Amino acid sequence: MVYLLFLSFISILTAVLLITGSTEIVDSTEKRQLVKVLGITDLSLCSEARYTRHPSQADLFAPFQDFPGAFEHFPTGSIIPPNPLGFSSRILIQHHSEKFN
Amino acid sequence: MRRQLKILEFTLSSLIRRKYKNLSLIAVYAFTIATLGSVLFLTHALKIEATGSLTEAPALIIQRVSAGRHDLIPTAYTEIIKKLPGVGSVTPRVWGYYYDSLIKANLTLIGISSYQDKLQLLEGSLPNNPAECAIGSGVAKAFGPTIGDDLVLEDSAKTRTVFKITGIFKTVSNLLTNDLVILQEPALRDFFSMNQEMATDLIVQVHNQREVKTLAKKIKYLLPDTRPITRDEILHTYDTLFNWRSGMMLAVAIAALISFCILAWDKATGISAAEKQEIGILKAIGWETADVLSIKFWEGLVISLTSFILGTLAAWIHVFVFDAPALIPLLKGWSVLFPKFQLTPAIDFYQLFVLAFLTIVPYLVCTIIPAWKSAVTDPEHVMRG
Repeated sequence: MVYLLFLSFISILTAVLLITGSTEIVDSTEKRQLVKVLGITDLSLCSEARYTRHPSQADLFAPFQDFPGAFEHFPTGSIIPPNPLGFSSRILIQHHSEKFN
Repeated sequence: MRRQLKILEFTLSSLIRRKYKNLSLIAVYAFTIATLGSVLFLTHALKIEATGSLTEAPALIIQRVSAGRHDLIPTAYTEIIKKLPGVGSVTPRVWGYYYDSLIKANLTLIGISSYQDKLQLLEGSLPNNPAECAIGSGVAKAFGPTIGDDLVLEDSAKTRTVFKITGIFKTVSNLLTNDLVILQEPALRDFFSMNQEMATDLIVQVHNQREVKTLAKKIKYLLPDTRPITRDEILHTYDTLFNWRSGMMLAVAIAALISFCILAWDKATGISAAEKQEIGILKAIGWETADVLSIKFWEGLVISLTSFILGTLAAWIHVFVFDAPALIPLLKGWSVLFPKFQLTPAIDFYQLFVLAFLTIVPYLVCTIIPAWKSAVTDPEHVMRG
């Protein structure tokens, strides 16, 4: 009986917290105004490296700042991977036989 | 129903007999759920925060890429882009980074043109002349200035430039402005010694939002050394950054899932001699195999459901009351300026359901299978061990 009462209590508490949170209407108007005026593109979350400070703006090579293939050395680099936006170049292989046709 | 309630009552009394073992099991199980739940809640809340406020980010940003890296873009490109049908305006932007070697903090410097209206999330005002600046609350906290004080920055020629602080962003906007220093565009151009013919990137305003992708393709075709970034892509970045396959999920959730698997495996590989004996006695006094399995089902459900609810509750409190102190170091890394933020409790019920399914069902199966093996064996043989 005690157990069932305890289980009911924590279930109701959890449900109330989850439902209240998910139905809460957040007014982001002020934040949107800020983003619009300042032209903000990213969250100011991890400021240790430019590719984690601006994941949507950094270039693909940013994680390899010293030389291609260098080991990732910023801790947040493993949490925020580079994101290849806006790149469209491709490597094409031309086989030897095609070359002479 | 009444029969099942009686079985539940028996199960609970049986669990209470081994209360220390079961309580420690619930504690470990709930801790695993709390770890997984915290990552889910934190990543989802950050995603909601990003996608909620970045909807007003520039519709199209044009960068120049040189030798595979982001490079300064010639402002002459604005004239070429302006001629494309559907383009509203093209604005060259100046922004960059500043490293403070004393406290080892990275600041983001943004140049803006004059803006007269009041910004709701700014105490004071934006810079109105080249000798003024506005700073994020992270910068204010790290260096201690207030409105009216001077911010002295050293440029690449080691010349000190003084900017009067006219505004500090409110802490509510920390996730967007924590490390910002806002200057007037000409002042920042001078500070970076950036040529008038160059800019960091270009912002393109597009009349019809459905044409953004087409315009991005056209710009890429006309100016092959550029890299167009659309607003949708920025939002998609944050969507993928904090999803199931994100680095944070991999770093924390996999470790928690492995520990859960060890817990479940330990349960599945065998039950204790006392439990076997209990099953044997129940069978000997006439209980059916189905009844024994019912007991084990209720036992598994009581433990896993209690742990799941306790774990979810703990995760909610950890993330939304205490601001996730156990996970923040993962995001912080070596960042000196890290925002202190209060997240809105946004929950993805689908993810929560998946978490429940991935943890409750395997545990139930792991409880029932060894019990079934003992229940179908001869009671005498089971009791003798």
